[in-house]
Amino acid sequence: MTADSNGLHVDVWRGSGTEGSFERFLVPMQESQTILDVVAWIQQYADPTLSYRYACRVGMCGSCAMMVNGVPRWTCRTHIKKVIKDNVLTIAPLRNLPVIKDLAADMDPFFDRWVAAGGVHHPTRDRNDAVEQISPATPERIEADAGIECINCSVCYAACDTVANNVDFLGPAALQRAWTLYLDPKDADPGAILDAVSGRGGCHNCHSQGSCTLHCPNGLNPMKAIAGLKRETVSSFFRGGR
Amino acid sequence: MLDLRLYMAQRLSAMVMIPLTLGHIAVMIYAIQDGLSAAEILGRTRGSVLWFVFYGLFVLAVSLHAAIGLRVIVHETLGLKGRALDIFMWLAGLLLLVTGLRAVLAVTL
Repeated sequence: MTADSNGLHVDVWRGSGTEGSFERFLVPMQESQTILDVVAWIQQYADPTLSYRYACRVGMCGSCAMMVNGVPRWTCRTHIKKVIKDNVLTIAPLRNLPVIKDLAADMDPFFDRWVAAGGVHHPTRDRNDAVEQISPATPERIEADAGIECINCSVCYAACDTVANNVDFLGPAALQRAWTLYLDPKDADPGAILDAVSGRGGCHNCHSQGSCTLHCPNGLNPMKAIAGLKRETVSSFFRGGR
Repeated sequence: MLDLRLYMAQRLSAMVMIPLTLGHIAVMIYAIQDGLSAAEILGRTRGSVLWFVFYGLFVLAVSLHAAIGLRVIVHETLGLKGRALDIFMWLAGLLLLVTGLRAVLAVTL
């Protein structure tokens, strides 16, 4: 590793709730340095009171997402070379979520919406029944398989302008989750899912701007999942609903 | 803010508006190219059930469609919500309906 004598100028959000401001740190530059490495360096060597969240460091757990230069990103898999401009980085907590402290956003509203969107499995069998055999080759299963790769990082939720402007909106991740359950033949009540996504904060509020799909670090397509829900709810409407 | 009912009302009214808009544009081009005077146009539209139904339906679809669209814009840009948002939507729709029907009646009665 080679350290850059100038270092990185990093503006980090400090504060709780709605109060706060950016604080600048000078961080040594290293080879293959990620945004999470930068935040960890600040916490370990400059200011141990800095709060942030991470767990796996390899892009699996979805804990470490933050706004980097105004864009939501998974910080453990984002190299600074990809995002740095004029040797300055700006790191802030995820957009569209309340701030607990510094870089740690309160994820409760995000996960509450997963439940509100019908993201709860409705079983068709109990523990005494044999496990249902599901063919991996059906179009429904292939479509659902893409959606279940979501790591719940909330990058799409932070990227979504509809979430920012419409307090009721369930958001891309929760709706994508609902779509994967709707496609699952093991779910006993797909109608309940369509009802859950047809309310005032449901899939019909999406403007298809596509920020969710653009920023998803796993390359998923929540906008397509929402379009699928719109299609199915419209079809259910013409069939007379439930 | 926008549930399935409102979404369907806006999409269905849009589908009604597509042929009516094309018909309206065709009529405008025809009227201008033919050099019809206001009196000649009124002579054709007054007492016509066809034109009353055509433009009456158009006004109805526009009132529905635009009121729901304005509801979304006002909620997302000005933050109006709840009952106030519902009242705004109904008033906007009613205003479009009344002024539109007044114009339709003026040229077809």
